Amino acid sequence: MGLGVLDRYSSMTIPRLRLAGLRSVRAGPFYIELDEGETLAITGPSGAGKSLLLRMIADLDPHEGDAFLDGRARSAMSAPEWRRQVIYCPAESGWWHDRVGAHFDGVPKSAAALGLRPTLFEQAVAICSSGERQRLALLRALVLEPRVLLLDEPTGPLDAETTERVEALLRQRLAVGMTLVMVTHDEHQAERLAYRRARMEAGRMTVIDR
Amino acid sequence: MTPIVLGPGDLAIASSLIVLEAALSFALGLGIHRQLLVATGRMIVQLLLVGYALRVIFALGSPWLTLGAVVLMALVAAREIAARPRARLRRYGNQSLGAVTVLSVTALTAVLALTTAIRPDPWWTPQYAIPLVGIVLGSILNSGSLALDHVLEAAGQQRVAIEAQLALGRSFAQATRALLKEAIRRGTLPIVNQMSAAGLITLPGIMTGQILAGMDPVSAVKYQILLMFLLAGSSLLAAVAIAALALRRLTDGRDRLRLDWLTTGRT
Repeated sequence: MGLGVLDRYSSMTIPRLRLAGLRSVRAGPFYIELDEGETLAITGPSGAGKSLLLRMIADLDPHEGDAFLDGRARSAMSAPEWRRQVIYCPAESGWWHDRVGAHFDGVPKSAAALGLRPTLFEQAVAICSSGERQRLALLRALVLEPRVLLLDEPTGPLDAETTERVEALLRQRLAVGMTLVMVTHDEHQAERLAYRRARMEAGRMTVIDR
Repeated sequence: MTPIVLGPGDLAIASSLIVLEAALSFALGLGIHRQLLVATGRMIVQLLLVGYALRVIFALGSPWLTLGAVVLMALVAAREIAARPRARLRRYGNQSLGAVTVLSVTALTAVLALTTAIRPDPWWTPQYAIPLVGIVLGSILNSGSLALDHVLEAAGQQRVAIEAQLALGRSFAQATRALLKEAIRRGTLPIVNQMSAAGLITLPGIMTGQILAGMDPVSAVKYQILLMFLLAGSSLLAAVAIAALALRRLTDGRDRLRLDWLTTGRT
């Protein structure tokens, strides 16, 4: 594992995201360091605690431990300030207005890249398909230009072609420095997108080095 | 015109309607005669007790006794507000929110009315203070329980939508603004109905009472308008206060939605 040496080098610079012992009754403790533009893909059986980890990083559930964004402690900033930069995109998307467009400032440029037509933004959320809602939720997170994106099953209800579009857009964002933590049940997707991979089992995570 | 005083005989004649009702229920097998007679009995005993208690309080004219009666009434109303929703905030949250809301809103509106508009001498004269508080409590009970019920019910139902906003970096206050507004709207609906129906669909109770007691209708109407203002004010205040306080009990210092602090048991 020559990467151990590389890891030591990279730890001399400040990582984009560092988890310092995040833990709850059901999962953890988690220690992770991720650099700018890096992706961590997490796979594992349902109920293993994958979503719990993402919610913990986003500080949506009570837990112990701290996290750092570019060296700044989460505990030293307000929760909304943290979540504005470390955005969590859950598997089940939530909507608080009737119309799709009310959740956006106009039609975002990347909508077309995800195969979302502009007329969709005039529609009611209730009549969008689950695949459309999933992509709209991702778009809603991406327009805020998060430094870290926490994605939970981003392409679950999507066909192969649309999945490719989503992955292409993600790669584009990764190239300009966004860091991605992704939960997926699709091993191939993990393979395609992630430089670093981990497996979650019963609330414990093992990092698989390549 | 002096009020017509009712004697026991007058009441006995009116009570024949209840007896008739019970007889009908018995004859037709409706099975409500027992309930009806128990409710009638309760009503008579409760009202007579209140009547005699008020007579004593009015005769003694003590500010402390008046305050005691008012606080007791407010606490009963608070208990009712707390009991209405199916969901319960931890650590007797429903009860304490109910008590804080009812006591503060009642104090504010009743003192305002007694010291500025009605102005009896002294301002706490029980003949004015106690009935006034009673009416105000009725509207606080209505609006407070509706607003609290909505917050506690909708927080669970709208969890995904609220957390989606939190996850995008909105504050808890921003993420629950729509819920708060809806709770206040629901809480103030009864008083809006009451005001728009007043006079056309219903003759409000106070006005009816004063007309029956011999007051000039226009003077009675002025009283009623004053009361409606008080009721509208107290309704709104109660709905805003209890909804905002309940939402605060559903979040922590990290702007999370803490549904784990809410139990949805049966009542």
